[in-house]
Amino acid sequence: MVTVSVEGLSVALGRREVVAGVTARFGSGELVGIIGPNGAGKSTLVRAMLGLVPARAGSVAIDGVAVGRMAARDRARALAYLPQGQTLHWPLDVERLVALGRLPHLAPLSRIGAEDRAAVAEAMARADVGHLSHRIATELSGGERARVMLARALAVGAQGLVVDEPLAALDPGHQIDVMELLAREAREGALVLTVLHDLTMAARYCDRLILMDQGRVVAEGAPAAVLTAETLRRVYGISAKVDLSGETPMVVPLGRV
Amino acid sequence: MSIASIEVHRARHPALLPLLIGLVVIAGLASLGLGAVPLPPTRILAAALGDGDAITRTILFDLRLPRAVVGLLVGAMLGLAGAVLQGYLRNPLAEPSVLGASNSAALGAVAAIYFGFAEWHAAALPALAILTGLGALLLLFALAGRSESPLTLILAGIAVSTLAGAGISLSLNLSPNPFAAMEITTWLLGSIENRSSQHVLIALPCIAAGIALLLIDGRALDALALGEDGARSLGFDLGRVRMRVLLGVAIGVGGAVAVSGSIGFIGLIVPHLVRPLTDRSPSSILLPSMLGGAALLTFADVLVRLIPTSSELKLGVVTAFLGVPVFLVHLLRERRLW
Repeated sequence: MVTVSVEGLSVALGRREVVAGVTARFGSGELVGIIGPNGAGKSTLVRAMLGLVPARAGSVAIDGVAVGRMAARDRARALAYLPQGQTLHWPLDVERLVALGRLPHLAPLSRIGAEDRAAVAEAMARADVGHLSHRIATELSGGERARVMLARALAVGAQGLVVDEPLAALDPGHQIDVMELLAREAREGALVLTVLHDLTMAARYCDRLILMDQGRVVAEGAPAAVLTAETLRRVYGISAKVDLSGETPMVVPLGRV
Repeated sequence: MSIASIEVHRARHPALLPLLIGLVVIAGLASLGLGAVPLPPTRILAAALGDGDAITRTILFDLRLPRAVVGLLVGAMLGLAGAVLQGYLRNPLAEPSVLGASNSAALGAVAAIYFGFAEWHAAALPALAILTGLGALLLLFALAGRSESPLTLILAGIAVSTLAGAGISLSLNLSPNPFAAMEITTWLLGSIENRSSQHVLIALPCIAAGIALLLIDGRALDALALGEDGARSLGFDLGRVRMRVLLGVAIGVGGAVAVSGSIGFIGLIVPHLVRPLTDRSPSSILLPSMLGGAALLTFADVLVRLIPTSSELKLGVVTAFLGVPVFLVHLLRERRLW
């Protein structure tokens, strides 16, 4: 079980206040989507939750402990993070790459152990990349690479998973694969927090949405409550066809207003 | 594939480390045995055991041994520094000179020659080289600030390196007589000829400290393959990593340049040569690059002695000539991965 609570959090990058007074709570077993226009402060909010950028005001606590006071390794073991962009600087093979997720668990000078190997294998099975284990990760297709990077984050074995824009540059089939995977992690008890741009995917898979605009949370709650035509017009400046009533919710942007 | 069959495989080819250790031993023995007067292993052994004639002992202990030890130390330091910097900066072009460590240490040495300090005491030149190397590190910190971006650091390193290079050019430009200019140029070409045990004593602590600082952070370098946020989210304190890496390079490479002059290419090519025999993670190439650097530089130094030329070839020249073709062949084979 893990809970993350954000209280009146403000974050400044340079002189610009990018996150302004955000309060939110997250707990195990939910898939939460953070949505909003480009530059709304979504990525900065999740980075602050992980302690990667300092808060200017307010606080973030993981299981009641302020993020700034946690040992870096403890924080790393509590929340796994997949940054946007799927950065990988060296042509590692897939298995080696996924094993990087075990770094927070390794004592100095110790080798990777049986438990770590099991965690790596399980993460690869969950992300369905076992058959790629000896491929070079930089040579994979975008869809394969997205799943491999997710496997790397899963290998941490953390109770919380924070994923920034996992669907960028993926075809519809791979988008569904990734969302199914995140939803399954949440069903099995993890806290999954993801920054998304695809509103239909957000509506269909997320238990809860947080809509941000200019650093603030402007709407929060079940997808049907957040994704109204009126809100989309106000925040994104678009008109949209919104149908959240049926089995398959749909948000189709139509044009600028 | 069943879960049970997945195994996190070895980081390196199993024969790599034994092979490299073998090469280091052979290079060291060749460096002791080969030269103007060849010493067969039996004579080396006899001299080492305290027997043997005085001439053999003099050649061995006063000439060859310090030269071999300096060669191994400098090569190890340059190879390791190259491997660490490539990993830390996430740039396969990085080498010990990118952060200005080589050039600024060379500037100190050149200043020692230019102002005549080098004639006061044998330790003056290396000591000044190490001091300017550390001074350049402070400048680098001031220029790069707290930024963790590798690009900021590379740009700051280029600025420091160029400034030191300009200082070297200035000293050549203003050198009081052609002999001083000649001496400076000769020194800049890089050589470990005529090194004494004093040089070993100067280089050893610096290089030992440098190696110790650079071997610590292999795992952080692996994590940096995922970018800065990726590494920090895995629990690494990148500020401390940077401090250790920069200190290690400044002290270690400073100490190496102080006794050998500028020797290029070892730090660049050795990591590339050993990488295909590993899993290509930054941590897995650290030890192999250290051993490979020691062996390669020492072999090049043996070659310098054996090639018959009117004046002895300088080591830096040979490593460059040896390095380029090897590097090119390797690059063409591996380029699909970049």
